[in-house]
Amino acid sequence: MSSSLTAYERVLAARNATKISIQALINGLCDDFMAFHGDRAAGDDPAVIGGIGLLGEQPVTVVGIQKGDDLAENNARHFGCAEPEGYRKALRLMQQAEKFQRPIVALINTPGAFPGVDAEYHGQGSAIAQCLLTGLKLKVPYISVIVGEGGSGGALALAVGDTVWMFENSVYSILSPEGYATILWKDSRKAPEAAEQMGLTPEALKAAGIIDRIIPEVADATSLASFKQALCQKLQQLQALSVPELLAARQARYRQF
Amino acid sequence: MPLSKFTAPTSKEISFRMDKIPDHIWRQCPICHQSFYEKKLGLAGVCPECGYGFRLGAQKRVELVADQFEPIDVDLKAPTQFQDTKYLAKLAKARQATELNESVLTGIARTGKQRFGLGVMDSRFIMGSLGSATGEKITRLFEKCTREKLPVILFTASGGARMQEGIHSLMQMAKISQAVAEHSVAGLLYLAVLTDPTTGGVTASYAMQADIILSEPRTLIGFAGRRVIEQTIHQKPPVDFQRAETLLKHGFLDAIVPRAELKTTLAKLLRWHQKGGQAE
Repeated sequence: MSSSLTAYERVLAARNATKISIQALINGLCDDFMAFHGDRAAGDDPAVIGGIGLLGEQPVTVVGIQKGDDLAENNARHFGCAEPEGYRKALRLMQQAEKFQRPIVALINTPGAFPGVDAEYHGQGSAIAQCLLTGLKLKVPYISVIVGEGGSGGALALAVGDTVWMFENSVYSILSPEGYATILWKDSRKAPEAAEQMGLTPEALKAAGIIDRIIPEVADATSLASFKQALCQKLQQLQALSVPELLAARQARYRQF
Repeated sequence: MPLSKFTAPTSKEISFRMDKIPDHIWRQCPICHQSFYEKKLGLAGVCPECGYGFRLGAQKRVELVADQFEPIDVDLKAPTQFQDTKYLAKLAKARQATELNESVLTGIARTGKQRFGLGVMDSRFIMGSLGSATGEKITRLFEKCTREKLPVILFTASGGARMQEGIHSLMQMAKISQAVAEHSVAGLLYLAVLTDPTTGGVTASYAMQADIILSEPRTLIGFAGRRVIEQTIHQKPPVDFQRAETLLKHGFLDAIVPRAELKTTLAKLLRWHQKGGQAE
């Protein structure tokens, strides 16, 4: 049972190479999935996967931040750190989902938005800001799931849905425990203490009212099926709401912070 | 050697005279490194060489841009759930230094005949970091202005999220964004003035969500910190890669306005967004 893990062990579990990749998760959830590329402005960021898939009977828009399975892939995807082009692609697809009244599922596994010179030149801050501003007002059901690491603003950009879930072995925090220890104690080796103090585990975050549900780790067909069932059920509930009801509930969710 | 008919002060006399010069009479610009006589900073605190606006306290900023100002939510403080003694000490020190309870001062202002919501962040308050109470004050400002159909002008100055409040700080970005969106849907103007420094989670939320985004010359604006980028890409970023002038070039600012012209510029923009156009 992973709740017996310490907070830092949970960080390591969230980062573990055996964690299901976002692409594998999408392939498992969707009977058919077609990826779409590009932000229609400057480029296509491989760290962000987006497209339409069939979840049960219905088409849904899926966006996700994906790490790589090997070094080459990790270099292209910046170890799951999205660039502004990636956030703009995700936003473009989410707005398209709104137009066609398709629900949105966002799957997140990122240490944070990519810190690079070009990312700054291309408006990393602005890209995330637009995901928040527009994402919070999308008139379709929007579920955010933190699958592995949920690092800072780069994760929040896709984590402003009607409900926010976390996998059992995942973490969500304002920065990495190493970064936190460096800033507060000038010693990155104190990351385990930092992790403890930061309250970044799914249990701590659920108790604090930051997230709504903890999903048993998806590791095999059974756990995948139960995750899929949970998503379908929640989407059905959200789709039963009128648009004003949906937006009012989302507004209330974020207003309480 | 014959004695000169010109006398020079002795070294003792020079050091005596030096000691009589008050501290801070010479100031150095942190951006262009030019030294200059302090009085040249002027009332607005601007480098006479490069136009960089020195960091200002919130109250001083309000004086520079508004004729009248009624503050709101002045007593709002960080929630009591945060009990870390080091953090509490930091808060106490910041409150004393700024005479503010949080890193933002909010209220309803008037300039000429224009009424507007005004928020000013103060970088002296734990680096203008985004605490829960900061977020609540900004959210309430937008909500009030949505109800009263007023435009909002926000001066940002922040190192980003407040580490000590952890994930609760991150959630402020969502909460404020929601209030900005509501204000925008109501057809109201939101104008942001990015001042030195505007970084991290503030850049990644409300600083970049305004209808019109202005900045002052030489302002530092960015998302990721220089050191983090350096460690990631193993190269030194260009010196001015996060300056206002660079952001303007890349399309993320509407204009850079010198501090001395801000008040008239803001008044003009408020007028242009009034129903009925330019009518006073």
